[in-house]
Formats: sequence, C-alpha cells, structure tokens
Amino acid sequence: MSVRIELSEDKLIAYLEGELDHHAAPPIRQQIDEAILQHKPKKLIIDFEALSFMDSSGIGLVMGRYKTASEVGATLTVQNISAQVYKVMRLSGIDRIAVIKLKSQMRG
Amino acid sequence: MKAVNQIKLTLPSLSANEGFARVAVGAFVSQLDPTVDELADIKTAVSEAVTNCAVHAYGDAIGTIYIIAEYYSDRTVKIKIKDKGCGIENIEQAMQPMWSSLGGERAGLGFAVMQSFTDGVKVRSVLGKGTTVTLKKVLSQRVHI
Repeated sequence: MSVRIELSEDKLIAYLEGELDHHAAPPIRQQIDEAILQHKPKKLIIDFEALSFMDSSGIGLVMGRYKTASEVGATLTVQNISAQVYKVMRLSGIDRIAVIKLKSQMRG
Repeated sequence: MKAVNQIKLTLPSLSANEGFARVAVGAFVSQLDPTVDELADIKTAVSEAVTNCAVHAYGDAIGTIYIIAEYYSDRTVKIKIKDKGCGIENIEQAMQPMWSSLGGERAGLGFAVMQSFTDGVKVRSVLGKGTTVTLKKVLSQRVHI
C-alpha cells in the first residue's frame, strides 16, 4: 500500500495504490495529513483508481481526511471509486460530506 | 450436510495477517469459481472479522486467531473466525453501525460490512473467553458452456 501526492495550483491529489486495510492505513493517513497541513489546498482529492482492495478502514481514512481538510477550509472529493469500494462507502453516509465520483462517471 | 472441502488456519493476531487471512480464504473459495463480486465480498467480510480480532480481542497483546473455512455441494461457504480473547460485552451494541468501542479512526462499520456483504453473520461471544463470528455466503450457480 502506498500513496503518491500531487499538487497542482489549489488542488492536492492523493493517489492510493494497493490494498487499504487497518494494517496499511496509519502511514497513509499521516502522509496525507502532513501534505494537507503543509500546503493548505482549497480542494483535497483522494483517487482510488489503483486501489485493489478496501474494507471499512478506508471509511475511517476518508472521514479523518475530511476533518483535516475542513481544518484548512478544503473540500473533499473521492474519485475513481470502483463498484466494490462504493458498496463499502454507501454504508457510511460518506456521500453527505464528500463528492463521490465513480469510475464509470469519470470515463463518461 | 457434510462439507466438500475445508481449510483451517491458525495465525497470530498481528494486523499484518489481515491481508494474508482474506487472501488465503479467497484462494480457497476460488475453487468454486465465484464471481469477481462474490470473491470481493468474501474477502472484505473476512478482513473485517480478522481486523476485529487484531484490534479488540487481545487488547495490546498478541493472541491467536482460528479460521475454519468450508464449502458445501450447494455452493454455500461458511467461514468461522474465532479468538480466545476478551469477548464482547454487548453484541447488539457492537453490531450497530458507526458504534466503536475504540474511537480514533475506526468507523464502527465492521459488522455492518459483514452483514451487508454476506448472507448471514452469527456472533457468539463469552466475556473473558472469546468470540466466534460465522459468515455464510451462498454463491450463485455458474453456467459453464
């Protein structure tokens, strides 16, 4: 599991890669938080394109980053969500705090 | 009904084993040629149950997680995930979505995911003795041409 962070203008994009579970989450959480607090973007985007697995630990990761983003006044978008990841997210009501873009919507 | 096939796994409750456990159970269930979605559902549910063992059952200590996975001729898969840890005081409360005894960044959705991704979740727990979670998933019939 790894995260690649890209900055462009007022956007900070975190590209997740690999399998996101309780074991993998802590260092990813820390890296994204550090980047948010350092760069204070207007928009935080978390990209799930290269994520091959996620359980409910991913919900905690997204909700926690929503909090950090809110502290610096940034909005949150999660993008390239697979159907399987969406099934997990739907249970959490995350769609009330973040913009969710499914893979098919991105391509369309 | 007798199981057609069965595996038993015994592993320390290290968080590093969450990935191994779901992949191992997934590899076993693959003998039934499940759909991509069915396989992902099973791996996700197993990941939640094993994470519960790693996070809750033994506190800060490392104990043992016992997994028995088996399948039947009607394509029912049963996966038992057992620990000999602290037990759950109030199972009903523990199974409520968004409830977590730990806070932090645990979303409290483990049991909600298990319930919505399988065809049945049974929890037996005795305080101070341990917890057994049984997941049931009935795989669809595959038509081979």
